Amino acid sequence: MNMNYFPDEVVEHVFDFITSHKDRNSVSLVCKSWYKIERYSRQRVFIGNCYSITPQRLIARFPGLKSLTLKGKPHFADFNLVPHDWGGFVYPWIKALAKSRIGLEELRLKRMVVSDDSLELLSKSFPNFKSLVLVSCEGFTTDGVAAIAANCRFLRELDLQENEVEDHRGHWLSCFPESCTSLVSLNFACLKGEINLASLERLVARSPNLKSLRLNRVVPLDTLQKLLMRAPQLVDLGIGSYVDDPSSEVFSKLKAVIQLCNSIRSLSGFLEVAPCCMSAIYPICENLTFLNLSYAPGLQGNDLTKLVQHCRKLQRLWILDCIGDKGLGVVASTCKELQELRVFPSDPFDAENAAVTEEGLVLISAGCPKLNSLLYFCHQMTNAALITVAKNCTNFIRFRLCILDPVKADPVTNQPLDEGFGAIVRSNKSLKRLSLSGLLTDQVFLYIGMYAKKLEMLSIAFAGDSNKGMLYVLNGCKKLRKLEIRDCPFGDVALLQDMGKYETMRSLWMSSCEVTLGACKTLAKKMPSLNVEIINESEKLESEQLELSFDDRLLVDKMYLYRTLVGDRKDAPEYVWLL
Amino acid sequence: MSPPLLGVEEEVQSSVSSPSVECISENGMGLKERNYLGLSDCSSVDSSGVSSNLNLATELRLGLPGSQSPERETEFCLLNLGKLDEKPLFPLLPSKDGICSSSQKNVVTGNKRGFSDTMDGFSEVKGYVYTEKSWMFHEAGSDSESPQSVGHGKYPGNSGVNVILSTRSPGVQASVKQDEPANVLQEQPRATNGTSLKQTVISNNTTGAPAAKAQVVGWPPIRPFRTKTLAASSKNNDEVDGKPGPGAVFVKVSMDGAPYLRKVDLRTYSTYQELSSALEKMFSCFTLGQCGSHGTAGKEILSESRLKDLLHGSEYVVTYKDKDGDWMLVGDVPWEMFIETCKRLKIMKSSDAIGLGNYLVSRTLPKNLLEQWRNPRPTTKKNLDMGANFLMPNPNQTDNSEVKSVGCVVESERSYHVSSHL
Repeated sequence: MNMNYFPDEVVEHVFDFITSHKDRNSVSLVCKSWYKIERYSRQRVFIGNCYSITPQRLIARFPGLKSLTLKGKPHFADFNLVPHDWGGFVYPWIKALAKSRIGLEELRLKRMVVSDDSLELLSKSFPNFKSLVLVSCEGFTTDGVAAIAANCRFLRELDLQENEVEDHRGHWLSCFPESCTSLVSLNFACLKGEINLASLERLVARSPNLKSLRLNRVVPLDTLQKLLMRAPQLVDLGIGSYVDDPSSEVFSKLKAVIQLCNSIRSLSGFLEVAPCCMSAIYPICENLTFLNLSYAPGLQGNDLTKLVQHCRKLQRLWILDCIGDKGLGVVASTCKELQELRVFPSDPFDAENAAVTEEGLVLISAGCPKLNSLLYFCHQMTNAALITVAKNCTNFIRFRLCILDPVKADPVTNQPLDEGFGAIVRSNKSLKRLSLSGLLTDQVFLYIGMYAKKLEMLSIAFAGDSNKGMLYVLNGCKKLRKLEIRDCPFGDVALLQDMGKYETMRSLWMSSCEVTLGACKTLAKKMPSLNVEIINESEKLESEQLELSFDDRLLVDKMYLYRTLVGDRKDAPEYVWLL
Repeated sequence: MSPPLLGVEEEVQSSVSSPSVECISENGMGLKERNYLGLSDCSSVDSSGVSSNLNLATELRLGLPGSQSPERETEFCLLNLGKLDEKPLFPLLPSKDGICSSSQKNVVTGNKRGFSDTMDGFSEVKGYVYTEKSWMFHEAGSDSESPQSVGHGKYPGNSGVNVILSTRSPGVQASVKQDEPANVLQEQPRATNGTSLKQTVISNNTTGAPAAKAQVVGWPPIRPFRTKTLAASSKNNDEVDGKPGPGAVFVKVSMDGAPYLRKVDLRTYSTYQELSSALEKMFSCFTLGQCGSHGTAGKEILSESRLKDLLHGSEYVVTYKDKDGDWMLVGDVPWEMFIETCKRLKIMKSSDAIGLGNYLVSRTLPKNLLEQWRNPRPTTKKNLDMGANFLMPNPNQTDNSEVKSVGCVVESERSYHVSSHL
C-alpha cells in the first residue's frame, strides 16, 4: 500500500512524528506532494548559516514557521579570529518575519549580532512569542532585554548564554508586567550589572511554572534563599553569589530550603563562592545530572573533589582544571553515568602548575564507560594515553582535545600525536566532531580520512606538513560539514583539488594557511553556489596599496567559504572581499 | 661583551633565562632547561629532530583575548631553532636594540603597550618583568603558598618571561600592517621544509600570574567571555577566600617618627607581602628622607652604601600587638591566624626591634628582599627602594648564608646595570 493513497492530512500526521531537521529535510525530497505537505506542516527550522538563505525565501517556503534557529559567525569567531562587524545581523530576519504573517514563537540565535532595535521589534511583532535564546551573541544592551520583558506577554523562556551585553543597569527585570506569570526559564547569568532584587523575588513568586533559573553574580545568598523558598520546584539552578558566613542565620535557612529542592537536576554558576558554604549543596548533589562549575574559580581542587563525590548520578560535568588529575580520578570512580566531560583551564598561560595531564583523562576513560563527549584542555598529552583512552572508550561522538601549547609533542617519546589521535578515530566509529592539537603531521590526517567516516566537524590548528594532509581529510571524510583550519601549511593544491566537495559542506574556514588570492578567485569563479570571502581586517589598507594587494600570488590571511542559495551577501564590511 | 652579560645571566637565573640562551651556553651556565613552547628539548643547540623542523613562529596579532590588564608588559621572544647556528640568539641585550626594534616594528598590532614603548625602554621592559616577579604579590589564587621569594613554581613564566630577541626571520607572517601593508602578505612564509611555524612570543600578564608561553591570537581556543568572567571571578574570590566571615578588620598602624597614624583593613590583603607593600606605599613619604640614595632614578637602587645601611639595620621592621597585649614580629604565624590576633601594627626601626627575633641579630635578609635585589627594577619611581625599608620575615626563611650571596649579587648587579647602559 502506497502512502500516496492516504489523504494529505494523514501523511501530515505521520510527519508530525518526524522531528529531526535532517529527517524532515529528507522527507521533503521524496516527491512533490511530500515536499508540499512537509513544508506546510513544518514548524521548526534550523539554519546553520544565516547567509545560506534569505528570510524571504524562508518565509515563502514555510508559512507555518513557529520556531527559528539561526547561526551567524563562523565558529572561529569565538576565538577573536573574526572581526566583530563581520556580519551575522539578525535585524533583517526579524524585520522580514515581522512584515510577514508568520506567527513566530521561538527564536534561537548563536553568534549573531543582535541590536536593541531588533529585540524591540521582535517583542512587538509577534503576540504569541514565547521563547528567546541567545548564545554568544552581542550588540545589545539590557534595554533590549527590557523590551522583551515588557512586551512579550506570554514569554516562557528568556535564556541568555554567554552573551556580551552592555549593562545599563536599567530595571529590565522590573519590566516584566505583574500579569506575566508564564515564565518557565530565566537565565541572566551573563549580565554583569545590578538588578532589583525585590523585583526578582516577586517575579519568581508569580511564576509557578518556573523550572530553570540562572542568576548573575550580583544576586547574593540571602536572595537565593528567598527565591528557593518560592520556587522549590526548580529543575535547573544557576547560583550567582554564594558567599556567606556558615554560622549565619541566613545560611541555616538556605540549608533548610535546599533540602526541599529535590527536583534540581542541573546546577551551575557559583560565580562568587566561599568554599566553606559548599556543604549545603551536598543534599542536592545526589540527584544532579548536570553540574557546571566552570565559572567558579573560587573552588579549589579539594572543594571540587568533595563535591563531586556526592554526585553519583552525574551525566554531564563541566569543570575547571584545578580539580587536578586526582580529582578526575575521584570523578571516574564516582560518576559512572558520566557521558559528557568538559575540563576548562583556570589559567591557560600557566604551564608550570599544570593541573590536568593525560593521566586524568586516562582515569576518566577507564572509569566512565558511557563517556561520549569530551572537551579537555591540558598541558600535555601522550600517544600512550590516547591509545588507552581509545581502548576504553569507543562511544565518542565529540572528542575535542586542546593541548595548551600549540605544537607540543608527546613529552615522553617526543613523537607527534598522530598515533594517539589515529587510535581515537579508529575505535570511535560514531565520531562526529573532532578537534586536534599538539604536534601533528600529515599522518594523522591520513588516519582521519581512513577511519572517521561519520565525522561532521573537524578543527585543526598548527598541524600537518603539506597539502596531502588536507586532501586526506577532504577525500576520506564523506560526511564532513564543517572544516576549520588555522595556521597549517595547506595551500592551493589542496583547496582546489575537489571543488565540488564544498557544496556538500556547510563551510570551510582557512586562516594563516598557504592559500593564495588567485586560488580563491578561481574557486569562486568555478563554484557559483559558494560564497568565498576573504577577510583582511588586519590590513587597514590605503587605496593605492589595495591595488597592489590584488596580486593573485598574495597569500590570503583569512578565507571563509560557504555554500549558499542566494549569492553574495549585501552587508559585508569593507575589509571583507566577496570574490 | 659576552662575559659580563653571561655573568649576569648566572645571577639572575631565575628571571632572565631563555631557552635559546640555554641552548647556546648550556654547559657553563647552570641554567635550567625549560620546555619552552613544548619543544621537546631545547637543551642543546642541535635540538632534537622533532623540533628541528619547527621554526616556531606564530604571529602574535593581539594579546590575550579578554585580557584586562592595563599595563601589559610585552616581551618578545623569537624561537628560531633552525637558525640557531647562523644567527646567535642572545638574551635581552641593549646592543641588539637596533636590530630588534626594526624587526619588531613589523610585529605587534593591537598590543596595548605599543611596541616601540617597550623597545625604547629596554630596561623598562625588564623592569616590568622584575616588578611582576619579585615584588608584588600575585593573586594567582594560591596565596597560601609561600610568599613570593625565589621564583620557583610561583612564577611559571620565568623561562618565557624574559625577553629574548633575535633577528626575525624574514617574512614572518604579518599581522602588523602598519608599516608595510600590502607587501607583508606576500612575504608570508612557510618555509617549505615540513612544518614551519614561526612563533613570535609575547608574554602577557593576565589575571595575575605572569604568562609564560606564547600567546597567539585565538589560542588557546577559549571564548573571551569565559576568560573575562573567570578573571573577574578570580579577583572577587581572592577577596572572598581566606575570610572566615565578612567584616573588615581595621587596625591602627603607627610608625616611628611619623606625625600621624594610619589605619588598614587587614582583610583586604591575603599575604604578608601584600601588607608589606601596602604599608610601604602608605609610609613612603616618611622614609624617603632616610635613605640617601633614592630620589635618583632607579639605577642606583643598590649602591654599596645603601646596602650597608640595610645590613646594619637602619631598616624598619613591622611589629604587631596581639590579643594578649604582647608586641610580636610580623610574619611568624600563618596569615589567617595573624588577622585574627592582630590588634595594632607598628613600624619601628630595626635597631629598636632587637630582641624581637633572631633574624635581626644575625643580619640575615629575608628571601623576598634578596629576590628583590636580584631583580632590580631600574625604572619606576614608585619602586624606589620601598621594599627595602620594611623587613618582614618570611615564615619560610631559613639561614644565615644569605648575607654572603647578597654581596655577590650586588657585584653582578652593578655590572648588570653598567652593561644596560651600553
